[in-house]
Amino acid sequence: MNIVEKTGKSIISVTRHVKDVLGLFFDTLYWIIVGPFKKKFPKSRGIFEQMVFTGVKSVIIVFFVAFFTGIVIAMQSAYQLSKLGGTIYVAAMVSVSVARELGPVLTALVVAGRVGAAITAELGSMKVSEQIEALETMALNPIRFLVVPRFLALLIMLPCLTIFSDIVGIAGGFLVGIYNLDLNPYRYIDVSFNFLVWKDVWTGIIKSISFAIIISMIGCYMGLNTKGGAEGVGKSTTLSVVTSFILIILFDCVLTGIFYFSNM
Amino acid sequence: MENKREAVIKIENLVKKFGLRTVLDGINLEIYKGETFVIVGGSGCGKSTLLRHMIGSIKADSGKVSLLGRNISELSEDEMDKVRKKIGMSFQGSALFDSMSVGENVSLPLVEHTRLEQSVIDIVIKMKLELVGLRGFESLMPSELSGGMKKRVGLARAIAMDPEIVFYDEPTAGLDPIVTGVIDKLVIDLSKKLSITSVVVTHDMGSVFRIADRIAMLYEGKMVEVGTKEEIRTSKNPLVQQFITGDPDGPIKFFQQKDDYLEQLTK
Repeated sequence: MNIVEKTGKSIISVTRHVKDVLGLFFDTLYWIIVGPFKKKFPKSRGIFEQMVFTGVKSVIIVFFVAFFTGIVIAMQSAYQLSKLGGTIYVAAMVSVSVARELGPVLTALVVAGRVGAAITAELGSMKVSEQIEALETMALNPIRFLVVPRFLALLIMLPCLTIFSDIVGIAGGFLVGIYNLDLNPYRYIDVSFNFLVWKDVWTGIIKSISFAIIISMIGCYMGLNTKGGAEGVGKSTTLSVVTSFILIILFDCVLTGIFYFSNM
Repeated sequence: MENKREAVIKIENLVKKFGLRTVLDGINLEIYKGETFVIVGGSGCGKSTLLRHMIGSIKADSGKVSLLGRNISELSEDEMDKVRKKIGMSFQGSALFDSMSVGENVSLPLVEHTRLEQSVIDIVIKMKLELVGLRGFESLMPSELSGGMKKRVGLARAIAMDPEIVFYDEPTAGLDPIVTGVIDKLVIDLSKKLSITSVVVTHDMGSVFRIADRIAMLYEGKMVEVGTKEEIRTSKNPLVQQFITGDPDGPIKFFQQKDDYLEQLTK
């Protein structure tokens, strides 16, 4: 096979995957919108269970990641800003960079590793042990039954986790600011919130919503398309996490570009 | 006489290819209401694929599959779901939902598709589990059950909605003789007492002759013989006879040619 053939084949296969993931996304939206009218909306208990798994049980890991990132940002920016004699602006640096960028992105990466992988592994095992087929034979649509609760849980919980990580990250920076840089705590908080505008927060939330869609769709798609026993489950779980990571960073770049150039 | 009976499954000229390999090659078949129809054949002859066409989880390349009078390749998802509610399937690996208890597994179709009270559903579950000899196991998780028990729970789930047709994919593979006997008896009871049509895919010949009304033998994607138990037992077809006796030498080749062997070893 020559190089042209190889490139052509991989382009075709990527296009097909993109088309299938979008198909899954529209099917999911269809069941969310049409489901309640057909009395076929997933049971609230299923969604609630997924929300606990996705959200509540991710709190500890998100806390650690955000807290230490806040500390690191504070120290790194203090190193630069002290040369200019403006250590107080550490507060602004931390709050703005955490809310705009690090909160949404790091939370999404952590959740992709924890929840996205779990979704793929679970749905993948169900696929290889004929459970997905069993659902279909019982006239239960796997998208309605399995994908919709996971999608909704991530869509609700990821923005919540992002806001939580924003707060924790700013708190981490605050500790460095008052204990290490000897800044006045009131002044620190004042500067933090003077520089932090609403736009910083809501652009972060919009990012986290799009990351939630990426993690849930990639996780479910890879799971439902698993083939080949235990080895296949391992492969699609790895592929799911890797794909989610790349897409999260890619969409972060695109969205930041849109927010930056549109001057919103 | 049989032609006057109502055909619940009708397959005409079914062809299915996976890549270049033709798995099913022009299958014609009619299965009548209330009978127990067994499809036998060696591993990889396409019998599971045929079963999956009947339940509509695989689409045919060409040909027609009718289930309960509806041509399933022409049905929309909604209409197909209506047909699916009238069938039950017992999977080879049981396919129980790991995250749900035995009771929840069996009750799932009832909870989702009916408006029965939970108390009524609980009674139905107990009755279905009693049929497979597992009453009292409602609260156990599938991971706590043995392979044979899982299979029986899967069977209880398949008949939870009182289906008109039940499909069994290797119902007795890997089970001990007593459980095999229990499942065989259950299949017979369901068809005799409730006139449920059963379609069984298996290669357990002992169980075939106990349960079958009619038997079909599949070989290399083709139907080689269809007939009653007696017709199959006394068939002159060497393929059928070899399958019944389990003779390693015969028209069904298990080993490849000897001259190839030497060549491939030394390559």
